[in-house]
Amino acid sequence: MSITLQVPSPLRRFTDGQSDLELQAANVGQALHGLVERYPDLERHLYKDGQLRSFINVFLNDEDVRFLQRQETPVADGDVLTIIPSIAGGKEA
Amino acid sequence: MHELLLPSEHLQVIHRHAVETYPEECCGFLIGRLVLDRPDAADQPVRAQVEQVLSARNDRQDSRHNRFVIGPETVLAAHKQARAQQLDVLGYYHSHPDAPARPSEFDREHAWPDLSYLIVSVRAGQVAETRSWRLRDDRERFEEEVVADLPEENRI
Repeated sequence: MSITLQVPSPLRRFTDGQSDLELQAANVGQALHGLVERYPDLERHLYKDGQLRSFINVFLNDEDVRFLQRQETPVADGDVLTIIPSIAGGKEA
Repeated sequence: MHELLLPSEHLQVIHRHAVETYPEECCGFLIGRLVLDRPDAADQPVRAQVEQVLSARNDRQDSRHNRFVIGPETVLAAHKQARAQQLDVLGYYHSHPDAPARPSEFDREHAWPDLSYLIVSVRAGQVAETRSWRLRDDRERFEEEVVADLPEENRI
């Protein structure tokens, strides 16, 4: 399936400045892996120990995929994936 | 060195938020635009001019004295609000109650590059220090950036 992935602005320096990327994928997980295969410098900012970092949320056409099938969520032609971080932090415990 | 240009009236809003929420952590967005002296030059120091401060609710249900979170729906709304004004989300602010204005390991784990992370240290209910940081591309640590006032006559 041909989908569009919207790259958040802090990560666009790692995608040659591009904000909207066309990707071929069957589900959300494949789309994200396709993204880091094309732009390997993104990987450390999206993944830790092989897992998507906990503060990263993925929306499929304005629906949070946590409430769908997470990375197994299938995608269709024309779908739009958006990466939105939760903003988290705090002092040392 | 990178610079965060932060007009004093916006810094006062942030400080007030930090003091009001003490001993819990406060949080919010820094909205504005990048000032590029040489738009086509790579690797030049970043100068980020703050034009708005948007306070956010700490969505943590627990541990608000040392943790904050802003959920994705609020983040998305802030980005849309900024974009509607042809501005960007330049970064975020939060407070450290009774702790230094230095990023923690938890801060580092949850940060992205190309953003300003302004931290306000509040000790015994009073602002003690304010510092700002940017995450290195290798994620190993933050680098401090200068926080500078921006008089009205110098604003773009």
